Formats: sequence, C-alpha cells, structure tokens
Amino acid sequence: MTDSYVVSIDQGTTSTRCIVFDRRGNLVSVAQREHQQHFPRPGWVEHDALEIWRNVGKVVPRALAQAGIVAGQVAAIGIANQRESTVVWDRRTGVPVAPAIIWQDTRTDTLVEALARAPGAEDLRQRCGLPLATYFSGPKLRWLLDHTPGLYERAERGEVLFGTMESWLIWNLTGGPDGGLHLTDVTNASRTMLMDLRALGWHPDSLAFFGIPAAMLPEIRSSSEVYGTATAVLPGVRIAAALGDQQAALFGQTCFAPGDAKCTYGTGSFLLLNTGTEPVHSSHGLLTTVGYQIGGQPAVYALEGSIAITGSLVQWFRDRLELISSAPEIETLARTVDDNGGCYIVPAFSGLFAPHWRSEARGVIVGLTSYITKGHLARAVLEATGWQTREVVDAMNADSGLELTALRVDGGMTANNLLMQFVADVVAVPVVRPMVAETVSLGAAYAAGLAVGYWPDLEGLRSNWHPAARWVPKMDNAVRAEERENWQRAVERTFDWIKPEARAANE
Amino acid sequence: MPGQVQSITRAAAILRLLASSSGRLGIGEIARSLDLAKGTAHGIVRTLQDVGFVEQDKTSGKYQLGAALLHLGTSYLDVNELRSRSINWADPLAARSGEAVRIGTLLDGKVLVVHHVFRPDDTLQTLDVGSLLPPHATALGKVLLAYDVGAANAVMQGEPEPYTRRTLVTARTLSRALTEIRDNGWGAEIEEMTLGKAGIAAPIRGYGGLVVGAIGLSGPVDRVCDAQRHPRPALVAYVRDAARAVSRDLGAARW
Ligand SMILES: Nc1ncnc2c1ncn2[C@@H]1O[C@H](COP(=O)(O)OP(=O)(O)OP(=O)(O)O)[C@@H](O)[C@H]1O
Ligand SMILES: [Mg+2]
Repeated sequence: MTDSYVVSIDQGTTSTRCIVFDRRGNLVSVAQREHQQHFPRPGWVEHDALEIWRNVGKVVPRALAQAGIVAGQVAAIGIANQRESTVVWDRRTGVPVAPAIIWQDTRTDTLVEALARAPGAEDLRQRCGLPLATYFSGPKLRWLLDHTPGLYERAERGEVLFGTMESWLIWNLTGGPDGGLHLTDVTNASRTMLMDLRALGWHPDSLAFFGIPAAMLPEIRSSSEVYGTATAVLPGVRIAAALGDQQAALFGQTCFAPGDAKCTYGTGSFLLLNTGTEPVHSSHGLLTTVGYQIGGQPAVYALEGSIAITGSLVQWFRDRLELISSAPEIETLARTVDDNGGCYIVPAFSGLFAPHWRSEARGVIVGLTSYITKGHLARAVLEATGWQTREVVDAMNADSGLELTALRVDGGMTANNLLMQFVADVVAVPVVRPMVAETVSLGAAYAAGLAVGYWPDLEGLRSNWHPAARWVPKMDNAVRAEERENWQRAVERTFDWIKPEARAANE
Repeated sequence: MPGQVQSITRAAAILRLLASSSGRLGIGEIARSLDLAKGTAHGIVRTLQDVGFVEQDKTSGKYQLGAALLHLGTSYLDVNELRSRSINWADPLAARSGEAVRIGTLLDGKVLVVHHVFRPDDTLQTLDVGSLLPPHATALGKVLLAYDVGAANAVMQGEPEPYTRRTLVTARTLSRALTEIRDNGWGAEIEEMTLGKAGIAAPIRGYGGLVVGAIGLSGPVDRVCDAQRHPRPALVAYVRDAARAVSRDLGAARW
C-alpha cells in the first residue's frame, strides 16, 4: 500500500496555504501565496475572491509536487478559513458581485449603531452569542444588499449566493456554476449573527432583523463530514472538513475537553476556550461561538477573546512605516533596547475588539519623548500583543470562573522569542508552543481525516500533541503592575476618537 | 587566462552605475548607459534585486543600490528571520527523530543557538535559545566551521577546550574532520562535549549556496548512534532532509 496523506487548505487573511500532513500529523510539505489587500478608503478592507480561488489552484499542486505525491494518495481535504469575510457571487457565472468585505472592515459602523437601537437587537444577541459589531458577516451582507443596485431582488430569486471563504472555495472545488455545492459549517455560520447558536440553523427572526433573503444562504453542515468530492484542483478527492481558522486551531491544539484553551497569533490573535456542549454567555466582552461539530455528534462550544490587530501591526510597521524589511526583524530591532522607554502603542485600527468592543476607538502612540528610538517603537509593537492577550485572558478567567494555568499558543508570531517571553511575563503563566506551529492547518486536516477514518478518534490525535517550546514568567510583580496600569491608561486614550457626526458623513 | 563571465562584468557595471548616479534609474536608462539590450539589463537587475544588492522603488519602479550592499560584511540573514523560516521544518525533524533539535549560527567564534525544539517526550525541558555553544565540540559548530575558513582558523589557532578525551583539540584532527564534513554534507559529534551524548547536523544554505546556519539534533549516544557507534543513517537522512527543506525556502523570494 502506498502511503496516504491529508491535505489542508488554510485560506487566511494575508495568504492561502496548502499543507500536506502524514499519518502522525507531521508536516510533509507546504506551499503558500499571499493575495492583495485592498484599502480603498480609511476603514475599508477588501479581497478579490477570484484571486484567492486562483491561489488555491496554485498552492495545492505545488504542495503535492513538493511532497512528491499525487491526488490518488490524498485521503481527504480539510479547509480552514479567515472568518466573517463576506463574498456574494453570481450562481450562473461564478463571478463575485463585489469585492469581498474583510472581517477588519469597519464600513458598517453607522449601520451597526442603527441596528443596535432597532427592536429585537437584544434577542438577536442572545440567539447568536455575539455583540452587534462591524466584525461579523450579517452587517456586511446587509451593507452589500443596500449598496449594490438590484442585488436584493436577485438574492430573493436565488440568483446570487452568499458565503464566507469556505463556502466560496467548496462551491468552486465542487464544480462552481456546474453543480457546485453551496454549504457552510457550524463554526463559520456561528460568525454571521444569523444562526441560532443552539439549534444550529438559520433563524428567521435573525434574517428578518438584517433583511436577508434566505434563498442566498448556504446549507449549514457539521465541521467534519464528507461534503462531496472535488472536481477541480484535486479531482476525485473528498472534501471532508471546514472550520473557521480559529476553531481549526482549537482543534489542531487538541483542545477537546472543557477548560482547554489556546491562543493563535496571526494577523489578529484569538483566544478560544472549550466550554463543552453548552454555550456559555459572557459578561466580560467575550464571544460565544461554536468550537466544532463532528458529524452527527453534539456541537462543542467555545468562549472567544478576539484581538483584531497583532501580527498586522508588525506588517504595518514593515510595509507602511518601512522600519524593518521582514516581520521577524522586529525582534532584532526590539532587542536594540532594554525596554519600551515609556512608549505604548494601542493598535485600535479597526476599533477595539475584545474585551472592549469600541468601534469608535482609533489607534494611539503615547509616551513619546525625544528619547524614543525605533527600537522602543518595535518593543511597543510587540508589547501591544502581550497586553492585549492579558486583557482577553482576564476576561476569560472572569467569565469561566477558572484560572488559566498555562497558555497554549500557535501561529506565525510564536517564532518571536522576545514576544513569547513577554506574553508569559504579563499573563504570568507559562506559555507553551506545540510541535506543529501551523495548528490551523493541522486542525482542518485532523477534522477531515477523522471524517474519512484516516484517524480513528480524538484520543489518538491528542497523543500527537507535544510541547516544542515553553516560556516561563520572569517579570517582577511590581514592574508588571506598573506596566499594566500604563497600558490601561493608553487604551483609554483610544476611546471616542471617531465622532458620531464624522461617521454619519462617511456613510 | 580564464575567460570572463560576461553577466558578472555587466552586473558590476550596473552596480557602479547605480552607485555613481545621483537619483534612481529606470531599466531603460540603465540599458542605454551600458549599451545593453533592455531584456538583458532587466534580467541582471532582477537577479541583483533577488540577492538584495538592488532595490526597486515601489511608486516609480526605478532602481537604486540595495541596503544589503551597505552591510556586506555582516551576516545577510537576520537570525530571527532564520528561526521564522525554519520553524516548520525543525518541528517535524524533532517529531520524526524523537530528539531535541537546534539551529545555530556563528557569532564571534561561538555557536549561537537561534532556535530550539524540545525532545517530543513531554518531559520538562528548558528553552536555550540565545545560549552559546563551543564550535569545535558540537555537531552544529563543526558544520558551521566547515564552511567558514576564517572562523575555523581562529578556532584552530586558539586553544580549543578539551571537554572529554574525544574532543578534537588539534588543528590536524579538527581540519580533517571539517574536510570530511564538506565531503559528506553533514557532520556528527560523539561524546566530544558530554559523555553519553551525541549529535548530527547539516548546513542550511541561502541563495548561491551560502551557508547561513546549521540544523541538528542531539541526544543520548545509544539513540543517536548504532551499535558500531556510527550515527544512525535514518537520523542522518532526517537531518539532511530538514536542512534541504529550509535551504529551499530560503532560496525563494523574501517575504
Ligand atoms: N517573527 C515574527 N515576529 C513578529 N511577528 C511575526 C513574526 N513572524 C510573522 N509575524 C507576523 O505574523 C503574521 C503571520 O502569521 P501567520 O502566518 O500565522 O498568520 P496568517 O495565518 O497569515 O494570518 P491569517 O490567517 O490571518 O492570514 C504576520 O502578520 C506577521 O507580521
Ligand atoms: Mg492563519
């Protein structure tokens, strides 16, 4: 018998990656391609969904070639994706009707404010587990329906389809206009605000609240089951999993038991805590979301602390300020100084997400003096990620009534030693990175492999998890307390920056 | 006299031209100044851009000397970038071999540990990124010395510390070992630093074959070596595969 493998597609915010995994969950090959970020106006972020689909067609064959395998050796494909980002496309031509609106995009801020005052807003929140915010797909979809002439009528007639990236990719992989399957999974659906968190179906009241025609919505399925067989890119291979990237990372970190938590450090950073088969509502600014659902089993829920800007602050430092030429160089620059020199950066570029949820906040750099060098700024960039982590960990501890005893981490920023040490220092618990840093992809592969029997059960997967690195807190308590207070004062200075009139005028 | 390599002469001319010009230059200007076909000039400039000697301005599309030229004497690959780019390959090496993995570069005659992956046995281990190892008594160090004549000479002219009776301390034994490493493309260390311990390492190469670091595993001698005290061929193959995978990624465009 020739060896078989599982292939994952990680359609992220900045890039699309294909990774081939072997039976022991080891990475065999990886191919990656970035796509264009479009910022047509302040606060707007768009992607070209067709470019992303083309990139899938490029990275998958490259990863297979690098691994030296053929489609016949692939047991299943699993998909993980950037969440909430909204695509609407023509069912007949397969062409998107508008650029995809990305999760960081804040164009819906006035819409969201108006909706928050509308009757039914509190019921909606209870039903979907999410606060009304620009972040989620529902408002973005409503915006597209409002701003694209004739779109609402076409949606009612079922001529155009809505989906987040996994729906868009699955539809294209299974034939597109030619019989493509239009579906989503519970984790992605739980980010639209349109799904009933307990019943795991679209809720008519939620659709009515946003004014969204049901005909354009995908069918909701579990995260781990055979959805269909690919006819493009990897013809004949079963597509057997789809999860939002953060939920995929939770799965890849084998956080299968209630109380297990992980934080993934990519473009943004996301702390998720498994709360078992009951959704837990937060009183500290966390989201309630679906963690995963395996086939017909009960769904597993999670509490989530979402941080919008972490790795993307490093990218901003690299691409917009041009102070470094690659992301990892930020560590080299930060090590040219011993501390932040009194400087703090709060990257409220898209407002602040958890636990504040302030869409009118904007970023600040405070504590500037003539003493500050670019080294101090580099430190402040990294420290912003550390303190934002601390904020969501505090919220998580308060909501769950449990004290986190160690933090499982993954994602591109975990290659940064200075940062990981800082996270351990400010959260004051050990930080542990597992043997596979690409946990998003691993989770999608695990879910797909389980669905087709490539891996037998969760226990087996858990035994693949080993610590690859561990950072222990070293910071003095008094220093931590002082720095924490400075951070909190810096955060307060971001609030109320966008004036209500300005928002109305921007509309 | 051996013939000149034309494209290198032309590349040198392009660099001189850019250095003497007061502003940035477009491809057309470069081609006209040197009387080259535009396609030829473009090919050379693109290659110089790939290695960092030339930079293109995003808005005008014109060219200037790259920052890498100003730092020719220092290492061209940032150590933190080396870690970021190798993390995906160091992990599977540890998982497959069952041993701890380290990546190192030379810093002031010592091996700087740039990256460290724990042995995948769930025991408590301490991250030693940033620590310094002796180059003559570790597999990582010997591999790095094998491709750095200056550093190797400095070690041999100094007085290499004998950690065990197997430590290579004479210029003759050390230089023979380094030749062997270059011939094989990998190196090992067996109880040369600590009794009962052994290691295997291979070079990580950047563009043009430049050695920018070494990746290796280490562990108990009876696990790393077979009954004849030879490094186990399967482990050697894992180390070399990982080194090749990182090298292949480094040869690609910067990100
Ligand atoms: N060594 C480093 N130090 C600091 N930041 C880093 C480092 N390496 C990568 N990053 C940052 O991490 C991010 C890339 O991480 P990763 O590849 O996990 O994210 P991603 O999966 O591309 O994100 P997304 O899924 O949202 O597209 C980038 O924003 C980059 O700036
Ligand atoms: Mg990602």
